[in-house]
Amino acid sequence: MSVWINEDAKVIVQGITGRQGHFHATKMAEYGTDLVGGCTPGKGGQTVDLGVREVPVWDSVEDAIKTTDADASVVYVPPPFAAGAIMEAAEAFDRIKGEGVIICITEGIPTLDMVKAVAYVDDRPGIRLIGPNCPGIITPGDIGGAKIGIMPGHIHAKGRIGIVSKSGTLTYEAVAQTMSINEGQSTCIGIGGDPVNGTGFIDCLAAFQADPQTEAIVMIGEIGGSAEEEAAAWAKENVTKPIIGFVAGATAPPGKRMGHAGAIISGGKGTAAEKFAAFERAGIYVARDPSEIGAVLKTALEEAGLL
Amino acid sequence: MNIHEYQGKQLFRDAGVPVLDGVHCTTVEEALAAYDNLGSKVVAVKSQIHAGGRGKGNLYCPETGELQMEGGVKIAFSREEVETYATNILGHILITKQTGEEGKLVHNLYVESGCDIAHEYYLAMLVDREAKSILIMASTEGGMDIEEVAESNPEAIHKIWIDPNSGLLPFQSRNLGTALGLEGGALKSFTKMLSKLHSVFIANDCAMVEINPLVKTGDDGIIALDAKVGFDSNAEFRHKDWDDMRDMGEEDEAEIRASEAGLSYVKLDGNIGCLVNGAGLAMATMDVIKLKGGDPANFLDVGGGANEEQVTTAFSIILEDPNVKGILVNIFGGIMRCDIIARGVIAAVENLGLEVPLVVRLAGTNVDEGKAILAESTLNIHPADDLASGAQRIVELIGGDQ
Repeated sequence: MSVWINEDAKVIVQGITGRQGHFHATKMAEYGTDLVGGCTPGKGGQTVDLGVREVPVWDSVEDAIKTTDADASVVYVPPPFAAGAIMEAAEAFDRIKGEGVIICITEGIPTLDMVKAVAYVDDRPGIRLIGPNCPGIITPGDIGGAKIGIMPGHIHAKGRIGIVSKSGTLTYEAVAQTMSINEGQSTCIGIGGDPVNGTGFIDCLAAFQADPQTEAIVMIGEIGGSAEEEAAAWAKENVTKPIIGFVAGATAPPGKRMGHAGAIISGGKGTAAEKFAAFERAGIYVARDPSEIGAVLKTALEEAGLL
Repeated sequence: MNIHEYQGKQLFRDAGVPVLDGVHCTTVEEALAAYDNLGSKVVAVKSQIHAGGRGKGNLYCPETGELQMEGGVKIAFSREEVETYATNILGHILITKQTGEEGKLVHNLYVESGCDIAHEYYLAMLVDREAKSILIMASTEGGMDIEEVAESNPEAIHKIWIDPNSGLLPFQSRNLGTALGLEGGALKSFTKMLSKLHSVFIANDCAMVEINPLVKTGDDGIIALDAKVGFDSNAEFRHKDWDDMRDMGEEDEAEIRASEAGLSYVKLDGNIGCLVNGAGLAMATMDVIKLKGGDPANFLDVGGGANEEQVTTAFSIILEDPNVKGILVNIFGGIMRCDIIARGVIAAVENLGLEVPLVVRLAGTNVDEGKAILAESTLNIHPADDLASGAQRIVELIGGDQ
C-alpha cells in the first residue's frame, strides 16, 4: 500500500510538449513511472520522445484518459492557463472514471484562479488535487516506483515513513534525514506553498493514518495561515502513528512574503512559534532544526516500539 | 504589490464605489490649487505611503530627525492650514507603527473634500486561505485596528464568505448590512456599494481591500473614506496597468532587482548572507543560523533551475549589504545539479573578488562532482556536509555571536 498513488499508477502529463513538461516527463519515465502519454491542445497525434520510450500526445485530457485509463495527471502548464488545465482534468476524470488525482506543479497561478479551480475540484468528490506550486508526490517502489513531479527520484527508497510538506527542497532534506537513519518512505507529498491549494495537511495525515505501509509521519510546515495548527489539533484526536514536525520561518520578519506566496506572517498570525507550540500541545515530536529530523524520528520510532 | 490610497480610490471611482472628490498632489502649490478647485471648506490632507496607521503617525525632518508634525492625516479648515500641513508632510519622514522606526519619506499627498459623518465602519475583503474563498469582514468599530477589535470585541466583527460559483449574493450583502445596524436608504447604499467593491476585487485580482473607515453620511450615503488595496503579484501578467501604479520608492531596490533576475530576496538585519534553493529550505537555513548563535542577513531563494548568471547576481545582491560578514550557500540539488552550482559559485567568487568567508553545503543531484569541483579550486571555500555543520561553521568563521 501507499497513499493515493500506487507504485504502478498510470500517469499523463498536461503540457508534455512544453520545455518543463518534456524535461520532467523524461525524468519521471527514467525513474520508472508508468507514464502513458500527455496532452497539449493542438498537438494531438504527435508523439514525444522520453528517452526510454516514445509516448502519444492528445488534444484533450478526456481523450488521453479514455485511451489510457490513466490514474493521475500532472500539470506543467504555464500560470495563465494552469487553473483551466486543472479543471479540464477534474471534469475528464470525473466523467470517465469518477476518480483521479491531479498534481499541479506550476508556480505563480493567480490566487483567484485557484479559488475557482479548487471549488470546481471540490464539487467532484472523487477527484483529488495536489498543489499547485509543489514538488509533487512520489511513491518509491521496490524497483522504480511512481514519481509524479519534479523531485530527484534517486534520493528516495521504499519504506515506512510518510512525508508531507509545504516546501520542495525542504522535503528533499526530510527524505535525506529519513535515509540517514536507514528508513525509506511510503509516500512523500508536497502540498505546495500557495495560499489556496488542493490537498491539505489533514487530508494527508488521514491518508497516512489509514495506510498500513506508513508507520510514522514527518510533517513540514512553514509560516503563514493556520493549516499547521488545525492539522495538529486534528492529529491529536485522530492519528495514533508518531508524527515528527518541523516549521520553517522562525526567523522570518512579519509582513514580508518569504518566497512562497503563502509564506507571510500577517497581523501577528501564522508565526513559527505558534505552529511549534500547537505541535507540542498535540504531542507531535518537534525538530527545531531540519538536520535533527532523523534523530527525532529515531527517538519517536523507539518510543513507539517500532525500532 | 500595494498601491496608494489615491490610486485605490481611482479604481473605486471608476467602478462606481462611492468616494469623495480628491486630488493627488506632489507639491504644496498643487495642494493649494486642489483646495481651490475642490470648493470644500473642510478638506483632509493625507500623506500617501503604503503603510497603515498614518493618522496616528508622526512626521520628522529627514535632516535633523526632529519632530515636524504630529499626525500624517490632517483636517484643514482653511487655505493656510492646507499650506502648513502640505509643507509639513511633503519631503518629511512619516513613522507609523507599520513603517518600522526608519519610517517612509512622503512624496505624495492626497487632498480630499470633507463630508458629514454619521457613523464609521470597518470593511475588508480578502482571500481566506483556510476557507479557500473570498471573505468579507465588517465591523461597527470603524477607525480601529481590526486586530484590536478581534481581541477586545470579537462579536462586533461580522463575516461572509463568497461561493466562487455563485459570486456575492444579494441576501449576503443585506445580512451583512443588517448586522452592522444599517437600514432603509443606508442599507440600500451599502449593498450597492458592496456589489461594486466585489467587482473591483475580482476585476483587479486583489489580494486585499481594506476600507477603514467606511462611513455613513447624514443623508444615508455610504462612502469609502479610505482605500488600502493590495494586488496578487501572481496575476501581474494580465494587468498591464499595474506598472503605472507601482511606486518604486515604496519598494526595496535590491528586492526588485532580485525579482527581475528570477530570485526571491528579502533583506534582514543580520550579518550572515544566505544563498539557498527553495523557499522552505531558505527559511530553514536562516532558522538554523539563528539556532547556532548567528544572525541571517537575508532570505534568498535562487529557485529550482538557477544558472551561473543568476548565482552571480545573487552573490552581488548579498554583498551589497555592508553588514554581511560571511556567506552560507545551501543547495539541495533536485532539478538543479550540484556541479552546475559549484561552477556558478566559483565563477561568482572570482568575478566579485569575494573577501568574506564562504561556506558551501551541497547535497542531492551530482553532489560528488560538485564537491570535487569546489575541492579543486584554490579559492577559500569551506565545504560542509549538512546544514547544521554548515551553519555552525559560518558562525564560527565570523567570530560567533557578536
